[in-house]
Amino acid sequence: MSKLDVAAIQADFPILSRKVRDGKKLVYLDSGATSQKPKQVLDAERDFYEQRNSAVHRGAHQLAEEATDAYELARKKIAKFVGAQPNEIVFTKNATEAINLVAYAFLNATLKAQFGKPLPDGAQKFILKPGDEILVTEMEHHANLIPWQELADKTEVKLRWIGLTDDGRLDLSNLAQLLNSKTKIISLTHQSNLLGTINDIDTIVKAAKAVDALVLLDACQSVPHMPVDVRKLGVDFLTWSGHKMLGPLGIGCLWGRSELLASMPPFITGGSMIETVTMEGSTFAAPPARFEAGVPMAAQAVGLAAAVDYLSAIGMEKVAAHEHALTELAIEELLQIPGVRIIGPTNTDNRGSAISFVVDGLHPHDVGQVLDNNGIAVRVGHHCAWPVCRRYEVPATTRATFYIYNDDSDVFALRDGIIAAQKFFGVSK
Amino acid sequence: MNLENMYQEIILDHYKHPHGKGQVEKADAEVTHVNPTCGDEITLQVVKIPGTENFNIFYQNQGCSISQASASILFDQLNGKSLAEGEIAVDHMVAMMQRTQEPDEDILGDGIALVGVSAYPARVKCALLSWMAWKDAVIQAQGS
Ligand SMILES: Cc1ncc(COP(=O)(O)O)c(C=O)c1O
Repeated sequence: MSKLDVAAIQADFPILSRKVRDGKKLVYLDSGATSQKPKQVLDAERDFYEQRNSAVHRGAHQLAEEATDAYELARKKIAKFVGAQPNEIVFTKNATEAINLVAYAFLNATLKAQFGKPLPDGAQKFILKPGDEILVTEMEHHANLIPWQELADKTEVKLRWIGLTDDGRLDLSNLAQLLNSKTKIISLTHQSNLLGTINDIDTIVKAAKAVDALVLLDACQSVPHMPVDVRKLGVDFLTWSGHKMLGPLGIGCLWGRSELLASMPPFITGGSMIETVTMEGSTFAAPPARFEAGVPMAAQAVGLAAAVDYLSAIGMEKVAAHEHALTELAIEELLQIPGVRIIGPTNTDNRGSAISFVVDGLHPHDVGQVLDNNGIAVRVGHHCAWPVCRRYEVPATTRATFYIYNDDSDVFALRDGIIAAQKFFGVSK
Repeated sequence: MNLENMYQEIILDHYKHPHGKGQVEKADAEVTHVNPTCGDEITLQVVKIPGTENFNIFYQNQGCSISQASASILFDQLNGKSLAEGEIAVDHMVAMMQRTQEPDEDILGDGIALVGVSAYPARVKCALLSWMAWKDAVIQAQGS
């Protein structure tokens, strides 16, 4: 496989040519939080506002037609990118909202059933009974933990979780006990945003199917970085955010099997998601419209479609290979610095490019500050995965994440920055 | 702005050799404040000195150099002080972080060395964590 032309890619990202902290070159190693945007994405969004801006699915005029076409074409492209059908893709504000949408389908179905209200056919899968269980893992981002904790708090459902091994993997030794006939859904991440671990979804899906549990896969850190095909994965729901894959802020996606989406009650309600409305009550549109109340983020959808075009032109296999090589180099370089410890797998088997580390004698905030002073943008803290920090008994970590516009020189800048931080604080070994 | 401005020698000294860390069994008030974006944490207790309006300070904390140094400085400045006296220092520290007041060594002691933090908005919370915890604890202790 030929290598990525990183210099050509960098030239597409206007922000990468700006200077930070008194004229330093920007080394952006925080794509796990949000990626930068190429001008192709920015241009697509601008073009929408300059040429087609109007409320989609609402007007009878030419602009509304063109905006609606652009919005639905975006849905088609984004669906194809993950091997899905367009009517199975619901646009949300972000992945967090997409996960909440599914959690609230359970809550709303359960409440409606309790009060004997009408529900879509097939909604039984979402009605929770006392003693039912929901399964997550200890490595989830808060976005895939709090919605389930809240659901468990409002129902008689027990939230359970799969623990972690010392080397940063899921501990599947008691999977059969945790994933059992009471489990309604298992919701887990494809790639941990803190540890970098890529989970073995095949094993999870097989075990879930055997007990008729649904599987939601949080693909925030996988769809931007590797080929993802929902049919091959065999999951029931896939959620991710556009802004981590070169797309605009303010758009996320939920993919669901069409028969499941059809059987779910709505989450946010209002305009554009109805079929008929009277003062006595309303009926709801078929998915995806049922889950897209209000005037949608059409410009962001168009921008995200441009991001999908951009990534597809490179090829996701190539993106993954590029990141794999950078990850390998980064792990090797970091482990050579005395006093640096990686939190997460220290080999590249089933591992993505999120590399969290701690430096003996230094708080991650202070490491981040010295890196920032050198123009290197990393994230510090618990990365919205506080239980992972607790599990590995660190208050926080420093995290570097790599993407298509990063190259070996960024890894070396990171290494040199860490060594500089150790020197500055007098904790070199 | 350079790193040395924020991490003055005096700050690093307080960080490496913090003053007054400790814990008592029975306090007049105990509070735990966290900085949820980074996990910095302080548990601070105040114990009233009999026959006075003054409080002794005990604290345990974890966090970055700025939050730890700031707690150590807080101890130096406010241990054995009353709410009225301490509030002046807390308000001054906040104003210094917001750059609405020039640092005054008579009020803040070594705390004036934290002025460089005001250039980094993300770190201001680290510097103020212990000061907010102290105020919270003393107000609670007075109320009880
Ligand atoms: C694994 C994972 N899940 C969920 C999220 C939440 O994404 P968003 O904040 O865009 O909704 C993130 C983003 O930080 C993530 O990394």
